[in-house]
Amino acid sequence: MMAKSGSAANAPETRLEARKTYKLFIGGKFPRSESGRSYVISDRSGRFLANVAQGSRKDARDAVVAARAAFPNWSGATAYNRGQVLYRVAEVMEGRRAQFVDEVSALEGIGRKEAERAVGAAVDRWIWYAGWSDKIAQIVGGANPVAGPYFNLSVPEPTGVVAVLAPQDSALLGLVSVIAPVIVTGNSAIVIASEERPLPAITLSEALATSDVPSGVVNVLTGRTAEIAEHLATHEDVNGLDLTGAPGDLVTSLAAAAAGTLKRLWAPSPGAPTPDWLSVPGIGRMTAFLETKTVWHPKGQ
Amino acid sequence: MTVVDPRPAGERPTAATLTLARRVINSARLDDAALRGFLHGLPGVDEVGAKARAAGLATRSIKTSSKALALDLAISMVDLTTLEGADTEGKVRALCAKALQPEHANTDCPRVAAVCVYNDLVPVALHALRGSDVKVAAVATAFPSGRASRAVKLTDTAEAIRAGAHEIDMVIDRGAFLAGRYLQVFEEIAAVAEACRADGARAHLKVILETGELVTLDNVRRASFLAMLAGADFVKTSTGKVPVAATLPVTLVMLEAVRDWHRQTGIRIGVKPAGGIRSAKDALKYLVTVAETAGPEWLTPDRFRFGASTLLNDLLMQRRKLAMGHYAGPDYVTID
Amino acid sequence: MTHPAATSAPGRLALAERFLHYAPAPESRSIVDIRPAYGLFIDGAFVEGDGERFSTINPADEKVLAEVTSANAADVDRAVVAARRASERVWSATPGTERAKYLFRIARLIQERGRELAVLETLDNGKPIKESRDFDVPAAAAHFFYYAGWADKLEYAGYGPTVRPRGVVGQVIPWNFPLLMLAWKIAPALATGNTVVLKPAETTPLSALLFAEICQQADLPPGVVNILTGAGETGRLLVEHEGIDKVAFTGSTQVGKAIARAIAGTGTGLTLELGGKAANIVYDDAPIDETVEGIVNGIFFNQGHVCCAGSRLLVQESIAEEVVERLQRRLSTLRLGDPLDKNTDIGAINSQAQLDRIRELTAAGEAEGAQRWSATCELPERGYWFAPTVFTDVSQAHRIASEEVFGPVLSVLTFRTPDEAIAKANNTPYGLSAGIWTDKGSRILWTADRLRAGVVWANTFNQFDPSSPFGGYKESGYGREGGRHGLEPYLALATEVDAA
Repeated sequence: MMAKSGSAANAPETRLEARKTYKLFIGGKFPRSESGRSYVISDRSGRFLANVAQGSRKDARDAVVAARAAFPNWSGATAYNRGQVLYRVAEVMEGRRAQFVDEVSALEGIGRKEAERAVGAAVDRWIWYAGWSDKIAQIVGGANPVAGPYFNLSVPEPTGVVAVLAPQDSALLGLVSVIAPVIVTGNSAIVIASEERPLPAITLSEALATSDVPSGVVNVLTGRTAEIAEHLATHEDVNGLDLTGAPGDLVTSLAAAAAGTLKRLWAPSPGAPTPDWLSVPGIGRMTAFLETKTVWHPKGQ
Repeated sequence: MTVVDPRPAGERPTAATLTLARRVINSARLDDAALRGFLHGLPGVDEVGAKARAAGLATRSIKTSSKALALDLAISMVDLTTLEGADTEGKVRALCAKALQPEHANTDCPRVAAVCVYNDLVPVALHALRGSDVKVAAVATAFPSGRASRAVKLTDTAEAIRAGAHEIDMVIDRGAFLAGRYLQVFEEIAAVAEACRADGARAHLKVILETGELVTLDNVRRASFLAMLAGADFVKTSTGKVPVAATLPVTLVMLEAVRDWHRQTGIRIGVKPAGGIRSAKDALKYLVTVAETAGPEWLTPDRFRFGASTLLNDLLMQRRKLAMGHYAGPDYVTID
Repeated sequence: MTHPAATSAPGRLALAERFLHYAPAPESRSIVDIRPAYGLFIDGAFVEGDGERFSTINPADEKVLAEVTSANAADVDRAVVAARRASERVWSATPGTERAKYLFRIARLIQERGRELAVLETLDNGKPIKESRDFDVPAAAAHFFYYAGWADKLEYAGYGPTVRPRGVVGQVIPWNFPLLMLAWKIAPALATGNTVVLKPAETTPLSALLFAEICQQADLPPGVVNILTGAGETGRLLVEHEGIDKVAFTGSTQVGKAIARAIAGTGTGLTLELGGKAANIVYDDAPIDETVEGIVNGIFFNQGHVCCAGSRLLVQESIAEEVVERLQRRLSTLRLGDPLDKNTDIGAINSQAQLDRIRELTAAGEAEGAQRWSATCELPERGYWFAPTVFTDVSQAHRIASEEVFGPVLSVLTFRTPDEAIAKANNTPYGLSAGIWTDKGSRILWTADRLRAGVVWANTFNQFDPSSPFGGYKESGYGREGGRHGLEPYLALATEVDAA
């Protein structure tokens, strides 16, 4: 695509690049939008980068079906296994650093050094969350000393299918920072990529598709956030909604739409500053999409 | 007080079956309550433990001379099966030819144990297999669902017996079993067992539990015992017509049941996993499980069978591989 | 090839029995390269030690595998100094995220070199390859993977917001699970920011030395992990060294007590994982086939060289006869022999000394009047072997019911009521583990509440997981390894920091 960073010094100047087609990522496959639409993505100086698929209501519907189908096996996998898979994502991403740096640099309009820092932090973020897979239950679950001859244990469980509006600013680090906490606990996700900076999301999808992440656990839609989000916020088979990347004027209406099925919600507080994606996250993005189940059992001879 | 069973003799369990059943369940009465008391008094099966045991057995590494022996043993245990709506006389004749000489141009290869067909094709199979020791098995009792009246099921069986089938593979009424009507299941099996011996016939009865519909391993153990109480010669896992067919843990639990039945009665009942066993590697895992659970006495076609169709060709390919020292290809075994 | 189906019935049985006598299926030992001699691993490099050389042998054939070095006082000093330097200059200043990545690397390297480690472990220890391959090595990798994740999350572990590493840790591990015990020790120590000097057992040093190579491949900073080989004297020098901030020991209760005495009053932290004499309680409604499997796994896993082995079977009297009969039948299918054979269930006893100990205690069992039954199996001529053995008519007064055999020997006792089972189960100075078998959930929890043991398994036995704490009550030691709890011994907690 855009940069020449990878070309060898003595390669012929006339070598024409084979550009990548950026498509959606649904159920482990890379389809074009069923609507046939695409839109132009340019770098910060207005230079053409790619035509990106403009996902539709029906693409969102398909993504929900794929995410729901993936949920039983993914949530049923051992925490250890999910941790291994997330760590594998980090390994595979590390091998594509150059491409991510090119994309982040072009789309965010930042220098290579800063872009490299963001990409490195994105890889490390997968590792950070990989480590949480078999620990979150040890932090937010546990035995409860009830007053009676009962065993009583609370355990966290994933809520189900979660729709995530990725941040509009941080094309890769922000994206990873919202996907990883949702899926590490066993949820499956439908992610709407940053509307104007969607390229790293598709490149990330390619990493996910080759990392042992089961098909459908992460589904990535590119397109107009406002158009797609509405259908996910009202969808009855979606259990959670992360509004991090929602356009400011839509947060309230999307949250209200999500209330129709009482979706678990992560929404920025009104007037809150843009998150610093480089800082170490807390556990809130995980617990937002966890249910707590408490089991009682008598103890007797 | 003596109650006279009003049913015709053919539908009534024989006296010997009833006597044995009463002795085993230790009850003079044979009714749902007594059967329930016995079946639910059997030791439970811990699913996790049973699966772990099966997985452990599956790690046995069968090599060289043991593998050669096992492959031939497995071939000799195959019930080569075709149970399709589209079955024709030609298809059955081709299957029988394969049963008689599984390995192309090689008479050294063992024959399979039986050919298993729907009962209308029994005469075709019998004719094609005449003069051999390969048996003909017929599925009966409204296979595969078992949803028909007792009379229809018995007629179905009687037709197969009249046609000369050596073995009957019947299905139990899973609905009755799951609803706790154990006596109904018992009597139906006993009646079919009786039909297998009608008019001097001595057909072997395999009772299909359809374990994929019974779901729990506790149910598998209970249904196995119920079938044995009612006079089964074999307990068989599946019809092959529901999504979950034979699995190693299910077969393990059935082998434990026949082992315990033998310990209790001195009678050795056979086990037949059917459906879903496609590779020689899988077949070997089953043989290991048989040997280490029920014992070597069960490692014979009289007491262990594989209900399968595609398995045979993989066994043959592995046999070729052992004989030739290099991997075999599918173009060198026949497709029938 | 003959046609089995055409053979007569007795002929068929003979064929079947021939099949059951599985042909040898040995794992290739060429996958691992054992050097003729090994030095010590100090400050990131293999160095010649000052002490004597001794050999480590394969207990399955008594052949020498390699010469290793017995670290002396000067070597211990060098290693502790290196660890201190690494602690102060590098490791304590390495951010948790970066420590985590080193540990993830180590976990991956163990996975990558898994078969090599498994073969080496089996050669040096005598355990069956199926256990080293399917349990020891994957569990060791998983342990590093688990603690890697903690390295940058310590503030969430529940031990306060300002936790710090203790500094330099001295660790001494036993011969029964050499690599896994190494993982149990090193992974949490490094995750919490400590540096390590570790001594593997004298009869099983090789996997630890291969692990040293793995540390090199992972580019772990020099001095963060140091491996000293040697026997008890090296261990004593290490744990008593004044440069050690914390000691972790797994081994016998006798040595554990000696360590506790030696470091008393020094302020050195100590965790001990010692012996056990676990009760495995079988109620009359137990799922019988799985119970028999659990009893077998409980005592014959790793030749019974397991501190938490279910060595005292407590069976409800009404089913005792049936359980023993089923157990004996099952034991007759166990395969004893070449540990490298993939079908071997029971490998070699780790050493002559251990074999002597097992023989002494089993002889005492017979002398004291218990009924001995051993599975009939041919024992190889060379090497150290002991057939799976069950004692019935055992009472609490017998030595085999109270002393740890650490071998494939099961004592069967009976009980009549749940209360009696509890009383007998707890009637021991040990308290490492226990087992419960019943179909009734309520009874499991009631029983577990009353058992004085650090790990209680219900309807299973010998389960281990990096996320699950392990350790004993009473004379089985103190401190826990594994899980969130396994972090605590390696952390200087806030109160101590304030006091300092």
